[in-house]
Amino acid sequence: MAFITANWNPLGEAFYRKIELYEMGWSLRDGLKECLVAAAPYGGPIALLRQPQRPSSSARPQLEIYSSSGVNMASFPWKSGPVRQLGWTVCDDLLCIQEDGTVLIYDLFGAFKRHFSMGNEVVQNQVLEAKVFHSPYGTGVAIVTGASRFTLATNIDDLKLRRLPEVPGLQGAPSCWAVLTQDRQTKVLLANGADLYILDNTSCTPVTPPGLSPQACSIVNMAVSFSYKYLALFTDSGHLWMGSANFKDKLSEVDTKVRTPPKQMVWCRRPKSQQPSVVIMWDRLLLVAGECTDTIQYTLDEESVCVAELDGVRIVGGSRHELLQEVPSACQDIFKIASMAPGALLLEAHKEYEKSSQKADEYLREIKEQSVLGEAVRQCVEAAGYEHEPETQKTLLRAASFGKCFLSNYPPEPFVSMCRDLKVLNSVRDYTVGIPLTHTQYKQMTVQVLIDRLVYRKLYPLAIEICRYLKTPEYQGVSRVLKHWACCKVQQKEEPDESIAHAVSVKLGEAAGISYSEIAARAYECGRTELAIKLLEFEPRSGEQVPLLLKMKRSQLALSKAIESGDTDLVYTVVTYLKNEMNRGDFFMTLRNQPVALSLYRQFCKHQEQDTLKDLFNQDDDHQELGNFYVKASYKEKKLEARLSLLQSAVDEYNKARNEFAAKATEEEMKLLRFQRRLDEEKGEALLGLSLQETLHALLTSNFHKQAEQLYRDFRVPDKRYWWLKLTALAEKDDWEEMEKFAKSKKSPIGYLPFVEVCVKQHNKYEAKKYVSKVTPEQKVKAHLAIGDLEGAAEAAIERRSEGEISTVLSRCSPTTDRALLERLNRARSTAAKK
Amino acid sequence: MAHSVRRDAPELPDFSLLKRLARDQLIYLLEQLPGRKDLFIEADLMSPLDRIANVITLKQHDVDKLYKVEYKPIVSTSDQLCFLIRPRIKTVKWICDVVNTDKAFGRFRRYKIIFSPQKFYACENLLEEQGIFGDVTTDEWSFYLLPLDDDIISLELPEFFRDNFLEGDQRWVRTAGSALHLLHSVYGPFSKVYGIGRCSKMAYESWREQVEEGEQRARQAEIGNVFLIDRDVDLVTPLCSQVVYEGLVDDIFRIKCGCVEFGPDVTSSDKSIKVMLNSQDKVFNEIRNEHFSQVFGFLSQKARNLQTAYDKRSGMDIKQMKTFVSEELKGLKQEHRLLSLHIGASESMMKKKTKQDFQELLKTEHSLLEGFEIRECISYIEEHINRQVSMVESMRLLCLLSLTENGLLPKDYRSLKAQFLQSYGIDHLLTFSNLKQLGLLVEQQPGETLTVMESRVGKLVNDKTAGKLTDAFSSLSKKSNFRALGRRLNLVPKSDEEYDLRVPRDMAYIFSGAYIPLSCKLIEQVLERDGWTGLEEVTRMLNGHEFAVTGSNGSDARVKTDSQRIILVMFLGGCTFSEISALRFLGREKGLKFIVVTTAITNSARLLESMLDNHA
Repeated sequence: MAFITANWNPLGEAFYRKIELYEMGWSLRDGLKECLVAAAPYGGPIALLRQPQRPSSSARPQLEIYSSSGVNMASFPWKSGPVRQLGWTVCDDLLCIQEDGTVLIYDLFGAFKRHFSMGNEVVQNQVLEAKVFHSPYGTGVAIVTGASRFTLATNIDDLKLRRLPEVPGLQGAPSCWAVLTQDRQTKVLLANGADLYILDNTSCTPVTPPGLSPQACSIVNMAVSFSYKYLALFTDSGHLWMGSANFKDKLSEVDTKVRTPPKQMVWCRRPKSQQPSVVIMWDRLLLVAGECTDTIQYTLDEESVCVAELDGVRIVGGSRHELLQEVPSACQDIFKIASMAPGALLLEAHKEYEKSSQKADEYLREIKEQSVLGEAVRQCVEAAGYEHEPETQKTLLRAASFGKCFLSNYPPEPFVSMCRDLKVLNSVRDYTVGIPLTHTQYKQMTVQVLIDRLVYRKLYPLAIEICRYLKTPEYQGVSRVLKHWACCKVQQKEEPDESIAHAVSVKLGEAAGISYSEIAARAYECGRTELAIKLLEFEPRSGEQVPLLLKMKRSQLALSKAIESGDTDLVYTVVTYLKNEMNRGDFFMTLRNQPVALSLYRQFCKHQEQDTLKDLFNQDDDHQELGNFYVKASYKEKKLEARLSLLQSAVDEYNKARNEFAAKATEEEMKLLRFQRRLDEEKGEALLGLSLQETLHALLTSNFHKQAEQLYRDFRVPDKRYWWLKLTALAEKDDWEEMEKFAKSKKSPIGYLPFVEVCVKQHNKYEAKKYVSKVTPEQKVKAHLAIGDLEGAAEAAIERRSEGEISTVLSRCSPTTDRALLERLNRARSTAAKK
Repeated sequence: MAHSVRRDAPELPDFSLLKRLARDQLIYLLEQLPGRKDLFIEADLMSPLDRIANVITLKQHDVDKLYKVEYKPIVSTSDQLCFLIRPRIKTVKWICDVVNTDKAFGRFRRYKIIFSPQKFYACENLLEEQGIFGDVTTDEWSFYLLPLDDDIISLELPEFFRDNFLEGDQRWVRTAGSALHLLHSVYGPFSKVYGIGRCSKMAYESWREQVEEGEQRARQAEIGNVFLIDRDVDLVTPLCSQVVYEGLVDDIFRIKCGCVEFGPDVTSSDKSIKVMLNSQDKVFNEIRNEHFSQVFGFLSQKARNLQTAYDKRSGMDIKQMKTFVSEELKGLKQEHRLLSLHIGASESMMKKKTKQDFQELLKTEHSLLEGFEIRECISYIEEHINRQVSMVESMRLLCLLSLTENGLLPKDYRSLKAQFLQSYGIDHLLTFSNLKQLGLLVEQQPGETLTVMESRVGKLVNDKTAGKLTDAFSSLSKKSNFRALGRRLNLVPKSDEEYDLRVPRDMAYIFSGAYIPLSCKLIEQVLERDGWTGLEEVTRMLNGHEFAVTGSNGSDARVKTDSQRIILVMFLGGCTFSEISALRFLGREKGLKFIVVTTAITNSARLLESMLDNHA
């Protein structure tokens, strides 16, 4: 396997290797010459803006988008203004930053998405240089204008422009600059000649890198590492300074002996790197510099672009796409010539085993003696992850698997998950897909993001396959992909609504957690309202249907859906929406057909808008409710005249509603109110607002018998009631004389027992007795008992020969005092019973 | 006491968990507004809150002062105000006023509104309209269920009845669904769900929806079947005078949130005492379900037993005395205290209820239920009105008359209403309009006399045609069909037999043997038949909307596990203590345990007061 190390170059302690990822599928006539190039990290797409051959006003530059393997994804002439810079967002959208500060956003397939501006000031001063950067907050854009001012947008999805303070003494663009993210703040580091400044929101601070050699009089290039932790500066003296981005430490300084300013400079590190190193590119030369004074030099035979990655540098050229990286220690241990690391021995052992040689046993024994078999397996598994060639991966994994057989309790997970990861990685590294992810990058970006990227590329089948293969939960996996697919599907303008709706429902049918409303929303965005409505039918949650239906102005449908859902909040949402959208008449008509919504709105009006309520009833010709409304309003009215007029309105409405009873009752109330007012004015009574009964009572107790009599007649108070009233009123006043007169005035409609009871209630037995004789025979016993006249009661009961009544009296007798009576009653009872 | 308890009655699930859940959530919400704060509590949330978290708990979580929401300007000096309210427009409006006043004075405070049990869009909308949406934070305290006792859970939403059945406002239906969902997720899965009524059906659907949205866990079910019933299926029962002890206490003293305040006439001292009425109170537990006539005898027996227990002391030596004091005395004293309270309460009720008036009132009620001597009943009601005996009482009798007689004759309807208005004020015109809308007090439509005929004819002709006839008629209007239902379900036992209240033989004992509550009878019948088959005519007369759904694990219902015999009955619109007593009786008879979930405990007075629309 010696050939594996063929492309290794030593640099200090470490080795660097350059491996070819793809032979580019594009055919560019002039390579990358005269091109604005942007390649996204994590094996992302590549955008080229090719300047026209002969600069003339009519020729348009051509914008082309390719996958990492050079497969064309989009290509179109650039029709907007001159572009300063291209860049990719974290969601694989292309940013084109124009000279006038406008940023246009395109998707992977060259479809225009939206645009924004970097500020008005830029329009005048023009963008001199621009950079696209990524931070935990998303994708950002930084520009420097002709007025030497910097403007930052940290996250283009939540655009907040920040204009940074002025840099003293800066004319035009700085000699070089970079964007830094430190302490949750985004800053700009710039060099103006030999001076270095850090620009943050409020200040411009000069900084000096510790130990920068004094020969330099100008810093001509700088590079910030992928993690923003390290900084490299290149001076006009050909020195490369490396240190931490906070200027606390210096890592090394190397004299490259090249004085020309480099074309590009990027960090080439990996997590757990053995040494810091930077890749510097000139026209024909690629140089790797690390801690030691030595450098690795590659000659470049074509125009290339370096793309910084988490664990290396990708070099994209006109015909090749390569990855330059430090050889990971696991690979070093295994493949370094004459390595005795456990992994190397295990690989050797397995090789011998394949050849059926007994040497396999010797190697194994050696590993086992050192009891490092576990370590050996781990190394092989890890190294497999770092290898790009499937053959090498297989060899390593087979060796690991072989070694595992001799271990009793080695956990299988790392091996299994590595096999899975590699299968996924190899499938996306495929030329047709063109995402050359390394294992380290893959782990960093997570499966979710990888699926997203595949979805952006419309590689739905592969995405679904991967989700299924990795057993991603449906909700995050297959369903999500299907949703994206459906969202894309609804944009296919040429297909009819029917077939799209059908296709979507068939595919999405059984998938869990699909939100049809999102798909419908997308359809609506593309102007396909009918399709959106069809899709909404599949949405099981009404709560999700309604807002979109409203947005699509299908308010009637929204209202019925809301009512169907039984969620009153939803109904209410629609009702308020309709109220604002429609004219009153239509609004009321709509409500009229939906009783649930109507009652809900009525409830609301009762609390909030009394007048609307009235209009509502008017609209419906609901005279009964209108009458009730006026009556209710009359309670609240303090002034009598207003109250009467409200009641009159109520009467009119009740009449219209053919509710004669209510009309009459209300009329009477008006009559009563007038009567009360007259009396209040004349006699100074406070009667207003009392009920008829209360009025009568008040009159009677105040000795206004004539007036009471009048009310009694006017309002046709039933005799019985009037008698009861007068009786109690008189008793309360202890007006026994009047009561007697009253009793004799005519035959009592309520009988005379009430007289007795009322008197007793007022503790006047004397008066009560007067009426006992008048009581009808049926009630005699009761009357006698009421005044406590046992004997009388007994008399009456015996006379009536009623067994029940005799018993009642008996129960009231006490055996000690009323012995004689008891005997009489018992006797009477037995005779009564005999009959 | 006299009932033989079937030994195999299953254990009830532990509902204190619901309280713990509610408390933990409340504390969490309070902590969302860190620092000291004043808490404003909606008046009718105070008692329920008291059951969940006492003042000390609240103070432990930085609550400074507690205020009742009184719709007046506030005097708090705190920089942070927290409002714990029901989602009502009126209250939210008041809060808007508070905030806007502060703003006018340039005062800066932090505000938090906690809606219980949920917030409504209308409330948020109001905040927005008043321009304070950004100034307040809102939260939901999903305190749906308050366990009042081992077998009673209340939603404490008395407005449910009016909002839903009168105003047609269905906003609480989802709340009911959520409550059911909560019970399902803690004590489910249910094996079978039965129900009757429009609202029940909607609540059921809302619950199903929530089940489908959420995740499902397989667990041991603690509740078997569920029965949902709308209050307006049976309006007769809550309008009857209650004569079972617990119901009577509620009618007279008004039990609020499981707690009653006994006035000086009961405590025979000069102050009132608040007493918790639940199964923890041993004396109460034994008499709560008894007919009132039996209670006194029981109490005196109990007093004698207590005396004997006290008397044991006389023959004791020192050692025995020591154990007596340490073990028994405290319990005896406690029991003694409770006993004297309940005796006091009984005496006070006796005074009110054994009077002639009450006896006559009951007699009238029973006549109405039996449909016997209706003219006498009407004149009794008339007299009631004329003498201005309590307004609610008169209205109750009017409604009972209308419900049992399928509406009043037009002549009676007018004259009784006119007298009522004269007696209690014209403003009850609106109340009558409400009663009519709900079908509580209606006029017999000329055509409707036909139905009376029809039900008689129906008996003569074969059942099928009668069924068709009823079908056509029941769609005519909202009416109670009480007579026909009574006959079909045998709700009114024959009055000629003597009913021994000491040994109740059916649920009618809760109304002195005169009437088996329709609601409970329906539950009994449906459980017995395992569905609505055979009750088609009954449901037709009740306006339908019945359903019976077998749940996820109900496939093998023949295996009667303990949980299968625990039945959850949910009353939408409130239930009475009498109905609970009847269900307890039914449970004892059939070896079942009933759990009653209700939107609120109701009785005739509460029900009718919610219908009032006079200016008070």
